[in-house]
Amino acid sequence: MSFVADPAQPLRRGIGRALLRDPMGLAGLVLVATFLAMAVFAPWVAPYDPIALNVKEKFLTPSALHWAGTDHLGRDLLSRIIWGARLALGISMTSVGIAGALGLMLGLVAGYGPRWLDSLLVLVFDSMSSLPMIFFALAVITVLGPGTATLILVIVLVSFPSYARLIRTQTLTLAGADYILAEKAMGAGAGRIIFIHLLPNVVGPLVILICMDIPVVIMLEAGLSYLNLGVKPPSPSWGNILAEGYNSLRQAPHVVIVAGIPLVLATLGFTFLGEGLRDVLDPRGAGRRWG
Amino acid sequence: MLAYAIRRLGLSLLILIVVMTAMYAMVFLVPGDPASLALGPRATSELKEALRERMGLDQPVLTQIALFFGDVLQGDLGTDVWSKRPVLDQILQVFPNTLILGTVALGWALVMGILLGCAAVVWRDTVIDRLLAVLSVSVISVPSFVVAIYALIIFAVWLNWLPAIGAGEAGDLPSQARALILPAFAVGIGWVGYLARLIRASMLEVMEAPHIRTARAFGMRERDIVFRHTLRVAIVPTISVLAVGFGSILSSAVFVESVFSRPGIGTLITAAVEKRNYPVVMGTVLFMTAFYLMIVTAADLLIARLDPRVRDVLRG
Repeated sequence: MSFVADPAQPLRRGIGRALLRDPMGLAGLVLVATFLAMAVFAPWVAPYDPIALNVKEKFLTPSALHWAGTDHLGRDLLSRIIWGARLALGISMTSVGIAGALGLMLGLVAGYGPRWLDSLLVLVFDSMSSLPMIFFALAVITVLGPGTATLILVIVLVSFPSYARLIRTQTLTLAGADYILAEKAMGAGAGRIIFIHLLPNVVGPLVILICMDIPVVIMLEAGLSYLNLGVKPPSPSWGNILAEGYNSLRQAPHVVIVAGIPLVLATLGFTFLGEGLRDVLDPRGAGRRWG
Repeated sequence: MLAYAIRRLGLSLLILIVVMTAMYAMVFLVPGDPASLALGPRATSELKEALRERMGLDQPVLTQIALFFGDVLQGDLGTDVWSKRPVLDQILQVFPNTLILGTVALGWALVMGILLGCAAVVWRDTVIDRLLAVLSVSVISVPSFVVAIYALIIFAVWLNWLPAIGAGEAGDLPSQARALILPAFAVGIGWVGYLARLIRASMLEVMEAPHIRTARAFGMRERDIVFRHTLRVAIVPTISVLAVGFGSILSSAVFVESVFSRPGIGTLITAAVEKRNYPVVMGTVLFMTAFYLMIVTAADLLIARLDPRVRDVLRG
């Protein structure tokens, strides 16, 4: 996947309108907006306390009182899923945001800085991305111990190399462009070129890549929590709900079935939105849904 | 070609050394020493001292790194803190399971991906094409362990067609094959969509090529153009994608193995992480990284053999 910014095509206005015209982008937008709303308004939307125990009402199947049923401790599953949205989106957006900033910085340095630094950084990026993601994540968790902070650090470490590589490639392409040379000839300093000219032009593709990465990150958060190596119980991470439901698979399959739905919908939503955004922001790829 | 091969191998080796050093350094960067972490808060200081000595932690750091590299070169990845079994033995015992799972998953994904990709090309710009597009994107994004859990509920618990856990009886091929179906389905499904997409895009590109235009001008049947002439060229770029993809296949395998309690690298390493069993975790990570680098390098060399244009450009 390579999106090289075309300086002749600055970010166009009306992104929203173009996105609304594309059914898949629209579906993505609606799903993402729903989950964002769930995350932000969790305390008001959730009908029950997500960690309040009520053992007398355990394993209730979905009903008018508990729309998604209850789990092995009688906790309301819908409330847990709604609070889980806050965890999933909070963790993934924080970590992807940090990784994006780090990738942007290191990518600009590698692309515009001295050659020896570039070679060194590329070796670091290559080494980090040549580790199979999950094994690297597990190694870091072993050293630091599981928990939310470790999870965020792990996601930052596994995602920033690809962002940095993207920014580096873009910077290298742009740095040779005529208008940058003209700027230099007129005596512009490195700071001006980086912040005024390079930064705005490399950010667009990074946003698309990050948006397409969010489903992976949500999956990683839920997966590691499922393995009991991520967010600690009783926090209602979707992965924790899945793991608890898995343990009562035969008695009460509804727990695990219900817990999988938000994961499927959230990853679908962000993927559709990312695809839609790419089509809108990268006009040459427009209409090539498959690309 | 030889020069390219040497440079490519050199790069992989360099990356492996960087990774190994970083791994080893990581253990020292964090507060608390590995021995007390592994033994937990209630360990006596004599116990910790004994373990430190056994793990070689009482030596100076540089000596430790040198010893570590030396051991690895001799095929010694250390010993399990708890069972005292060599780490490499444990890895080699379960690795075939994971390798089979990954290969079968990738295999069925490749066959389905090629078929669906070709279908999309044959019926391009029709409803079928659109439908396949949406379907591909959807299966790519759904987490494999959720697919695994749903498949387990439907086919193992409700229908009772296939086993829910394990990798089958040792030496009993049919039972092993039955135990492989659901995990391989879950690991591969995302790749069906991804490969279908890739094959479609790459075939449409090849179809613009002069030799295909000529074939068409000569009145060749569309089916022959698609399957005989276009697919053969279009499949080359998938080789490198498949190799890099093996890494993410292994990631899915870790989660899916855990869902099906299937002995493999995934279940080995997750159990070790929970117990903070450093040697097993580090040894497994190192082994899998080396394995993965080997595959990616082999794929690059294969592509260079198939496509001379690549030889001149060494990655990035």
